[in-house]
Amino acid sequence: METKNIMIVGVGGQGTLLASKLLGAVLLEQGFDVKVSEVHGMSQRGGSVVTYVRFGDLVRSPIIDRGEADIILSFELLEAARWLEYLKTGGRIIVNTQRMEPMPVIAGDAVYPEDLVTKMEAAGALVDADDFLRMAEEAGSAKAVNIALMGRLSLYFPEIPEAVWQQALEKNVPPKFLELNRKAFALGRQR
Amino acid sequence: MKELMLGNKAVARGLYEAGVRFISSYPGTPSTEITEEAAKYDEIYCEWAPNEKVALEAAHGATLGGVRAASAMKHVGLNVAADPLFTISYQGLNAGLVICVADDPGMHSSQNEQDSRHYAQAAKVPMLEPSDSAEALLFAKKAFEISEQFNTPVFLKLCTRVAHSQSVVTAGERVEPAQVPYQKDPTKVMMTKNSRDGHVRVEQRTKDLIAWAETCDLNRAELGDTSLGIITSSTSYQYAREVFGENASILKLGMIWPLPEKLIRDFAAKVDRLIVLEELDPFIETHCRALGLTVEGKDRFPICGEFSPNLIRHCMGMEEPTCTSLPDEIPGRPPVMCAGCPHRGIFHLLKKLKCMVYGDIGCYTLGAVAPLNAMDLNVCMGASCSGLHGFNKAMGPEGEKKSVGVIGDSTFIHSGITGITDVAYNMSNSTVIILDNSITGMTGHQQNPTTGKNLRGEPAGKVDLEALCRALGYEHVVVTDPYDLKTTEQVIREELAYEGPSIIISRRPCVMIKGVEHKPPISVNHDKCVGCKACMQIGCPAISVVDGKVQIDRTLCIGCKVCTQLCRFGALEGTC
Repeated sequence: METKNIMIVGVGGQGTLLASKLLGAVLLEQGFDVKVSEVHGMSQRGGSVVTYVRFGDLVRSPIIDRGEADIILSFELLEAARWLEYLKTGGRIIVNTQRMEPMPVIAGDAVYPEDLVTKMEAAGALVDADDFLRMAEEAGSAKAVNIALMGRLSLYFPEIPEAVWQQALEKNVPPKFLELNRKAFALGRQR
Repeated sequence: MKELMLGNKAVARGLYEAGVRFISSYPGTPSTEITEEAAKYDEIYCEWAPNEKVALEAAHGATLGGVRAASAMKHVGLNVAADPLFTISYQGLNAGLVICVADDPGMHSSQNEQDSRHYAQAAKVPMLEPSDSAEALLFAKKAFEISEQFNTPVFLKLCTRVAHSQSVVTAGERVEPAQVPYQKDPTKVMMTKNSRDGHVRVEQRTKDLIAWAETCDLNRAELGDTSLGIITSSTSYQYAREVFGENASILKLGMIWPLPEKLIRDFAAKVDRLIVLEELDPFIETHCRALGLTVEGKDRFPICGEFSPNLIRHCMGMEEPTCTSLPDEIPGRPPVMCAGCPHRGIFHLLKKLKCMVYGDIGCYTLGAVAPLNAMDLNVCMGASCSGLHGFNKAMGPEGEKKSVGVIGDSTFIHSGITGITDVAYNMSNSTVIILDNSITGMTGHQQNPTTGKNLRGEPAGKVDLEALCRALGYEHVVVTDPYDLKTTEQVIREELAYEGPSIIISRRPCVMIKGVEHKPPISVNHDKCVGCKACMQIGCPAISVVDGKVQIDRTLCIGCKVCTQLCRFGALEGTC
């Protein structure tokens, strides 16, 4: 199978690393070769963060380049727009509609662009936009936004049974938060 | 069992399987997780040392005691450890010693982009370079075999994309090498004849290693289509396979110092066109040119920055994937100090007082970015103290009255103590502010000698910063709470005016430390808020202005009340 590319993007502190850990575990369980590339350190302090997840029969490069991503899973609206150029022609963007203003916008030196979903669609992307923060809050914690997004992502892998995702959740989430995260996953998985 | 493993964790696993019993390191992105992961194995004693020089010396000491030992550091940490490195190379070992060093091409979290391979050549120490997690695990074990076979320390060199990528590994069993008894050996005293003999031995060792490199399984020629041959290593090998395919001819080097000669010549003879693909400096390329080979390298690929598949395609004139973007300008999202960060108040005051601020390495380097813009420069660990001293000696009162050095607690222990000793000993009118947030913040919250806890979080020795500074000759050592802007401003003014060396300790734990109390978020009285934006000057990510009025993000605000002290209209209210 040709290597598939998924990018997980967001703002430092939003829980992107747990999302990539879960996804990696699920894909490995399915028998794929998998590589996950993360960035730690400085950029985690509220900066723009990206994780690359690649899977297939044999994965070489640990990173995804411009024009190569099949799916971009974005934890924040502006970050989806920032990484759009990494999307393949006709690729899919799953985006949390939450807006988090970066410091240049807060400081009045830059403007947060409007109508980003429409603009990304006009640029040829298939956009699945939803309020995953609301789902996470409904499940019991805003922090579960990563798991709600994983729930939605799982819909784009019809060949992977839901039980496999659930097992990965069990293995990677502390027991006391498991029920909350299961709920967030289920809400994300509903359209 | 197959599992997905971070490169650094795979190194730790390899060290474990090699029977390592001692690891001493100083944290530094992208190397930190090696030691953190190794510490999860009960069989390995792991510690954070004050700096990389101490860490390497301690690891070497453990090998004298007869156990396999390792030390991990980032590329710039190796500069600090270079002093012991060069002589340990001469002296030889009693048990295997491996130095893990992680470069950061692209400078994701570093102040420079130096290429550690030059240290291997300069110190005449062999260097292995894995290209993924499976090799990271395997090479860590292999490094100990080489270390003991050739009586030399061995480098295990990583880059960010190997250290911080997960790929599939199969873990193995641990070996338990017997502890080698210590015996006094008069040739270990590195002076006169012993040093001269040591150098001769090292030159012969390098020749032996070159002969070994010709046939070892770390280096391999993978032959396919011979119209193009690529010599490469590390993550560049993975990019080469990605771009040129599985049928390309590649000489993959797993040991990049010393380099083989015959293996490279034979490979070159089999291909029509020869390319060296390596990040940063033309290290392998220079070696190939010295062999008289015609080769393409840095005439085609950049020295600066990180490689990627598209960059290689571009440099080779190959087609790149099409991509799309929006017409809008996308505002940047630089990293920022966290809401409630104790460093924020200090930088606000230093900006207000128009100080020249000599910065250092840590989270507080973010004091340099807008809207604080309160740092003039930084260089390396500890330079804030010694650099400030030199600046003030040159400037006289004009500098002394409005300049400070700022340095975090961990960085201070790492390399600031000698700097402030220079200040006190040479009677400099300099003021150094130690930002004591009780943790090593930027690298992900490691303990250090000021926190009273060891790497595993157990009780440990604790440096008394005030007593230390007094012992070094400081009569003025003042502790202040950076959340209290009024008092802290007064302290800074007084110490700048003081004729003599002085230390200000700005003490408040990092808000991200588990267990640090967070107060209820600040609330905004919209009737009082006039939208003057005075509170915006501190660059707190929890504060924004919506429809002309201040808004506080309740999920971020921890109630530090620094902003309330800036509001002249009483619009920002702490709830307790």
